[in-house]
Amino acid sequence: MTHGSTHATSMGVDNRKMAFWAFIGSECLLFGSLIATYLVYKGRSLVGPYPHEILNIPFTSFSTFDLLMSSLAMVLALAAVQRGDMKQGKLWLFVTALLGLIFLGGQFWEFSHFVHEGLGLTTNLFGSTFYVLTGTHGAHVTVGVIWLLTLWIQALRGKLGPQNALTVEITGLYWHFVDVVWIVIFTVVYLIQ
Amino acid sequence: MTEQTGAHATTGTYLRIAAILVMITLIEVGVFYVPAFQSVLVPVLLVLSAVKFTLVVMFYMHLKFDNRFFAFLFGGPLLLGFAVVVSLLLIFYGAIRLRTGM
Amino acid sequence: MKSWLTTTDHKRIGLLYFWTAFGFFMIGGLEALIIRAQLVRPDGGLGVSAETFNQLFTMHGTTMVFLALMPLSAAFFNYIIPLQIGARDVAFPRLNAFSYWVFLLGGLFLNASFVAGPLFGADRLSVAPDAGWFGYANLTSRQFSPGPNVDFWLLGLQILGIASLAAGFNFVVTILNMRAPGMRMLRLPPFTWMTLITQFLVITAFPVITVALVLLMFDRFFGTHFFLPAGGGDPILWQHLFWMFGHPEVYILILPAMGIISEVLPTFSKKPLFGYTVVVYSGVVIAFLGWSVWSHHMFSTGLGPIADSVFAGTTMLIAIPTGVKIFNWIGTLWGGQIRFTTSLLFAVGFIAMFIIGGLSGVTHASAPSDLQQTDTYYVVAHIHYVLFGGTILGLFSGIYYWWPKMTGRFLSERMGKVHFWLTLIGMNLAFFPMHFSGLLGMPRRIYTYSADLGVARFNQLSTIGAFLIGIATLVFFWNLLRTRRRPSNAPANPWGGATLEWAISSPPPVYNFTVIPTVTSRLPLWQTERHAPMAPLPDRPPAPIHVPGGSWWPMITAFGLPIIAIGALAHLIPIVLAGAAVVIVGIYRWAYEPFEM
Repeated sequence: MTHGSTHATSMGVDNRKMAFWAFIGSECLLFGSLIATYLVYKGRSLVGPYPHEILNIPFTSFSTFDLLMSSLAMVLALAAVQRGDMKQGKLWLFVTALLGLIFLGGQFWEFSHFVHEGLGLTTNLFGSTFYVLTGTHGAHVTVGVIWLLTLWIQALRGKLGPQNALTVEITGLYWHFVDVVWIVIFTVVYLIQ
Repeated sequence: MTEQTGAHATTGTYLRIAAILVMITLIEVGVFYVPAFQSVLVPVLLVLSAVKFTLVVMFYMHLKFDNRFFAFLFGGPLLLGFAVVVSLLLIFYGAIRLRTGM
Repeated sequence: MKSWLTTTDHKRIGLLYFWTAFGFFMIGGLEALIIRAQLVRPDGGLGVSAETFNQLFTMHGTTMVFLALMPLSAAFFNYIIPLQIGARDVAFPRLNAFSYWVFLLGGLFLNASFVAGPLFGADRLSVAPDAGWFGYANLTSRQFSPGPNVDFWLLGLQILGIASLAAGFNFVVTILNMRAPGMRMLRLPPFTWMTLITQFLVITAFPVITVALVLLMFDRFFGTHFFLPAGGGDPILWQHLFWMFGHPEVYILILPAMGIISEVLPTFSKKPLFGYTVVVYSGVVIAFLGWSVWSHHMFSTGLGPIADSVFAGTTMLIAIPTGVKIFNWIGTLWGGQIRFTTSLLFAVGFIAMFIIGGLSGVTHASAPSDLQQTDTYYVVAHIHYVLFGGTILGLFSGIYYWWPKMTGRFLSERMGKVHFWLTLIGMNLAFFPMHFSGLLGMPRRIYTYSADLGVARFNQLSTIGAFLIGIATLVFFWNLLRTRRRPSNAPANPWGGATLEWAISSPPPVYNFTVIPTVTSRLPLWQTERHAPMAPLPDRPPAPIHVPGGSWWPMITAFGLPIIAIGALAHLIPIVLAGAAVVIVGIYRWAYEPFEM
């Protein structure tokens, strides 16, 4: 992770970056299957609470805004690291992770609120599909936050520099992908009820 | 590194994209609450969400400027996933209609 | 010993894959023999209980697909691909080691279910999975399968999925990005091409089965109703998700074997592969269409006339690129200077047997006739003609072909021919009569049948055939073991092959190529109309070559996964957390250990 392979490759791109794009492609099928499951079971819950009774659009809009801003912070972090401005790089890495944490906090609040309202994991098909889909996304955000904080701590210790731009770039690819998955979930789950 | 990623995007671009993304999100939520849009809500929301998706992937993930092969590596499975979701829905609802006679 | 545990050398990992997968192949074979001995006559020949029988056919299918055929192919991916593309190793050597260890541990975890009964308070020793290799809902629900059997299955397959996915990303990048100078995509050897296509199928199909298994896990562990009608769920969704993975999976199993024989046939007929580009593109088309046919496994669930017609159409369509390949192989043999080595015999056997399997496959494409065949022995006959007659014969062909390269030692050709003929006769005796017993109405997965069904004679033949295959496999095993005591005298290019792996010594040195070759044609070692053979590489490297050292972390990280699974099985959260901690520590140490490429 701390060193780039510099030898020439057949496609002229770094191995790790190519592997990561392949991984993201693979993740499309993972989330695709989960979203398909959600949609197939849409409106087939035998008992309530149903989506329109419980989903909180203003709150989730804020979460969406938060995650979009974290993507902005992420590109700013990468740009800073690439030009060697580690002071800015540190700042934006931290902001990205912080916005990620805020999203997770929001999700935690949302889940506990739903449970309080009577929607548990096993209550109905909506509950099961909703929690598994958004929970899988939340797990991805969690991994991303840990990854970002790892880079941030490395940067604090002066061990992250422009030579690690590729590592930061790959972290960014992951983070933005998690963001676009949320863009889809926000529309498919929350807005189209 | 052999490629120069992000060379074509500047901080200004990133900020502009962020502004557009926020605006689209506001429109999405707005459309959701306007009764007049109820009939066209689903297609409008899907298009708006696709625009956001594309903007993030093209600019924040640099796919617009990066090696075109990455677009294939990502776009191939993405389209495959989309096709699978759509065909699964068609089959499922088709089969249910058949079973229940609705 | 330590050097094997920490190895990141693709050649050693290839050998580890080979021996491990061969071990599982023998276990899966043994299960098949017990099944056949039970079915030798009406009312049961061996007194196997229904419960044990369910476990045997479930584990036979699961073992053969996930623990034998896929990893045997992986043995060749590991050993041969870097050599064929002119690389010193795969793109991510430690990830490669990780894949192997995860595969080994996942396989052991699954098979541990055979003796884990007492730990779960079961009244029998074996609590092996028993819901069939495609684990249809709602056989797999807690209500109908309260024991740990299905838990072993769903957790084991999730572990194995991680191994396959990691290897998938690794080989996609290796093949695309690690090619020697001049090795353009359309100069890649056909085996490398088929491997690339296979890996694309792996990285797209495995996420789907992962989701299906996770949903099943939620149903069983946390009480959701994804596949349970009681809560509004639909068991048919499981079938969709499983076969969306399952059909690409059968191409994951067959494409590598197709690649192998596309190497073997040209070498032993001294002719370039007939229509190389057509073979490559038809492989790509097969992969695409492979994603569009899954519902032909589900005609009997009542998909409706439109879906039935669409999937019947795509299924018939996929026979076209497959048929194209058959003609290419025959065209390669046509007019060639054929040497009847064991490897060639298996390759020709592949073509013949795969045609039979392909034809019975086309009969499933038609929904009305499929309704008659579903869940009968006819389907069992079909799958064994494609996966045994196809994949296994292809893999055997590859073993006879590449064994001198992998070990420096020749397998006995005479024993090889005995192995071939016994296998060919045995498999036809075993699987051909199944077409008849199936059409006469014998359902698959029954542990006894009545004499009145009129299938006793066919079953007897099948059992004799199965035991012939067993004997053949023992001959082969002896042949393999015997080479350990043979002199290491294989020359660099014993068969006169055209591809880069034959340009270096057998077995290759740890760094593979003294100098990375520059490739100027599709057949670098052959004299063709337009190209002279490549100049031989120097015997010694002109400059010292850095070889990456070993690493413990891939293996240690891999160990965390079965620990998590054991914790889940036993419903002990602390063990799950401990396993997760092992994985996390392993990943961090891995990421920050100095490992120079």
